[in-house]
Amino acid sequence: MAANPNAAPAQPIDSTNHGLRVVIAWLVLSAIATPLVAIYVGPLIPPGNGSVQGQGQTFSNQVMTSLVTPVLCLMVVFFGYGLIRFHARRNEAILDGPPLRNDSRVQILWIVITSAMVLFLAGFGTYELLKDGAGGGQGPNPIAFPANHQSAFQVQVIGQQWQFTYRYPSLGGMESNQLVLPANSVIALHVTSLDVVHSFWAYELGVKADANPGVDNVAYVETKGPMLFHVRCAELCGLWHGYMYNTGRVVPSAQFRGWAAQELTIYHAIKPYVNRPADKGGAPYSHIYLPAPERRAG
Amino acid sequence: MTDAAVAAPSPPLWRRLIGFNLLTAVILGVGGWYVGWFGAHKVVGPSLAYFADIDYNELSVYLAYLGGVVGFLIGLGFANYPVRRLLGYPPSLREKEEAGWTRYFGLCTDHKVVGIQYLWGIGLFFFIGGLNAMLIRTELLTPHNQVFPAGTYLTIVGMHGTMMMGMMSSGIIGPFANYFVPIMIGARRMAFPRIEALTFWLLMAAGVVLTTTIFFGGFPTGWTGYAPLATQANPGLDNYVLFFALVGLSMTLLGLNMIATILTMRAPGLTWTRLPIFVWGVLSTAVLMVLAAPVLIATLSMVALDRTAQTTFFVPAAGGSNYLYQNLFWVFGHPEVYILALPGFAIVLELLPVFARKPLWGYRLAVAGLLGVSLLSWFVWQHHLFVSGINGDLRSFYMLSTELISIPTGFTFLCGMMTLWRGHIRFTVPMLFCLAWFFNFLLGGLSGVFLSDVPSDVTTHGSFFSMAHFHYTIMGGLVFTFFAAIYYWVPKMTGWELNERLGKIHFWTMFLFFNSTFAPLFAVGFLGQPRRVVTYPSGLQFLNDWVSVSAFLLGTSMLIFLFNLVWSLVFVKKPAAANPWDSRSIEFQLPSPVPVHNFDRIPVFSSDPYGYGEGPPPTLVPAGAPAGRE
Repeated sequence: MAANPNAAPAQPIDSTNHGLRVVIAWLVLSAIATPLVAIYVGPLIPPGNGSVQGQGQTFSNQVMTSLVTPVLCLMVVFFGYGLIRFHARRNEAILDGPPLRNDSRVQILWIVITSAMVLFLAGFGTYELLKDGAGGGQGPNPIAFPANHQSAFQVQVIGQQWQFTYRYPSLGGMESNQLVLPANSVIALHVTSLDVVHSFWAYELGVKADANPGVDNVAYVETKGPMLFHVRCAELCGLWHGYMYNTGRVVPSAQFRGWAAQELTIYHAIKPYVNRPADKGGAPYSHIYLPAPERRAG
Repeated sequence: MTDAAVAAPSPPLWRRLIGFNLLTAVILGVGGWYVGWFGAHKVVGPSLAYFADIDYNELSVYLAYLGGVVGFLIGLGFANYPVRRLLGYPPSLREKEEAGWTRYFGLCTDHKVVGIQYLWGIGLFFFIGGLNAMLIRTELLTPHNQVFPAGTYLTIVGMHGTMMMGMMSSGIIGPFANYFVPIMIGARRMAFPRIEALTFWLLMAAGVVLTTTIFFGGFPTGWTGYAPLATQANPGLDNYVLFFALVGLSMTLLGLNMIATILTMRAPGLTWTRLPIFVWGVLSTAVLMVLAAPVLIATLSMVALDRTAQTTFFVPAAGGSNYLYQNLFWVFGHPEVYILALPGFAIVLELLPVFARKPLWGYRLAVAGLLGVSLLSWFVWQHHLFVSGINGDLRSFYMLSTELISIPTGFTFLCGMMTLWRGHIRFTVPMLFCLAWFFNFLLGGLSGVFLSDVPSDVTTHGSFFSMAHFHYTIMGGLVFTFFAAIYYWVPKMTGWELNERLGKIHFWTMFLFFNSTFAPLFAVGFLGQPRRVVTYPSGLQFLNDWVSVSAFLLGTSMLIFLFNLVWSLVFVKKPAAANPWDSRSIEFQLPSPVPVHNFDRIPVFSSDPYGYGEGPPPTLVPAGAPAGRE
């Protein structure tokens, strides 16, 4: 069959206002679906309210989810209506549709709406990011801080194949393989690595920061009440990447001091072996802790 | 066209096996491999004993495979032309265009043969990559019992990712642009037919290089090959480096060839606003290929130097920077994902007018969308590094630029949707795949909104959420349109119809199980499972098992397709009509399959191919008369 000789001439455009129907159906569906999603799906969205930053991420995720719902509704309505209303009947002779090639009003409307959404998203994301750092790794020179970050409790997170070590400089450089944090405080996590790239992901705390060798990647988090959280490595780091996880705790201040005193006794016993220069068998990271502030990443 | 050459009696089989063909190429390739291997041995000293973990010699791996690739290409006959030129003999301008079935197994300068070679060659490696995916899902059936050792599992993950990203970069451009761009622009060949053949055979050599990584211990880095890990990895990583460098070379040449062809070889009357939208999509992809792939080649050369010559570009302990690697890799890597996605956009926009029986709506907006994505894709790469600490103060900028890409992508959606509007939509198999693209790419794009937003990205980065996101955009965006293109064009390419009933079964199973596989992975990622892990919390086992079972069923759906392909093309062989879809596109005005020289006379265009409902369809008038509506 060559080019179809039976193609009928173009039909006149039918006068039904299909566009209006779709828009109304979309508005109705969105008005119903968006609150339902916000109310019923919203509370399930991670990472939850474990920390101020985690709460901020949860809020961002909820806003995104609520915002994409009307877009999804538009597509559902459009394709639901369009594919049913405008499909050719089986075994029907092939008919050409109306030769609509353009409509600048539709184009402008579409561009305006998508641009407005994009600008809103970028503005909202920037606000949420700059408000308190959002728990992400910011490199050696952070630009977004929570309030009272000058007095933040410093913890160094040292990744290596395949575990994290936690170092508490304000406790005499005490090191531990458990991450215990005081409740209701601002914590500055200085994430670094001894070998390859890892990523420190404290899921319930809402913290994720890549551990790069020789780089001090700072992430801020404000803890709330006592809780248990999971730590995982989120960047492929070699053979046992899948097993690079453990748990951490946020505990009340008094309990934290008790734990620290206990850990310090253990640490003092091993300190002579650890706290040497790297070329005399000591731990190499004692020399890369908190590099000079002018050192830039990238 | 010289029919006399076809009519001449063909020589016996054994005679035809001697010469420059795939058999010679394999023999010379193996020879070249050993020359390189022992050459490096002589230069450096102890050879690689790959069963021992010390004292190996990276250089021998590189030189062996380089020797192998060079031998392979010489065996195929790629050296003939320059050698004859150097010695002063007249070179042959066309290779094997009339040689019967053997032309598929060697250097052939017919763009249609190269297109079909690409289809089967890429299909083969797509199948291998898919098998790797099945193995990954087998491992993840249980959280703790290991089917594979951890190192083997990482190699499988890396091979799956690398194979898919490397091979499917040319997934649509390779088979369909090589075959149809010259026809659509009214040309008889590509601008550089020999380079066109070279891109295909480089890709096949690269595929073998990557597959044989298992003999060198595999590689633990995934498809990204992040540097400090890559520097300490097995010699198998050298295969990864060479694979991607060869793929990069192939992509660069392919892109250059496409750009040169489209810019210079359009038939009279084919102005920029009459160009089929598929050709625009190929052009915007080709620009990305030419500019992005060399960055990859350069980066991997630095990795190779780090591993052989003890340079320290990416070794932080010795003054290098792993951030440098991440930057360079994603400068290539983000345009790369649009190299995968853009041909899908173009296929959808090309096919919708045919099956909705309406002109392409908003042609200029659609072109602006393709070019806009192509341009913006250069300004977003650091969103892969939002939590890496690389550049804290630029995160807002990259958040904005990433979200800006949704505007030109939205153009594609608008033009596609408005083309369907008030049409007479026929639900043929290719149309079903195009419609599925809307659904899949929508979910992919909407999940991308989470990943582009820095606070949300802190939750989702590096988790299964991002993995589900890019499978929705790449598998849902590229692979679905790849199948749309196969069902639409393979009857034209081979001259035989594909079975429609099996095609519909394939579509519905693939669509269902694709979503059933990847939609739960958004939840898995949200619940905290990082990517590329060999184990996971027991609480996630139900979701993972659901995904694994769906993935196996998705694999079965692919087998239905394979069965359809073999059944229809090898056993049934029902001749296809010249224009089975009543398309107004020029390739469907030619007989099926297209004759060797495409056109007896170069056509003259007077309109774009989308004039449905605007009068009688175009006829390909010979003798240089206009081929448009008159």
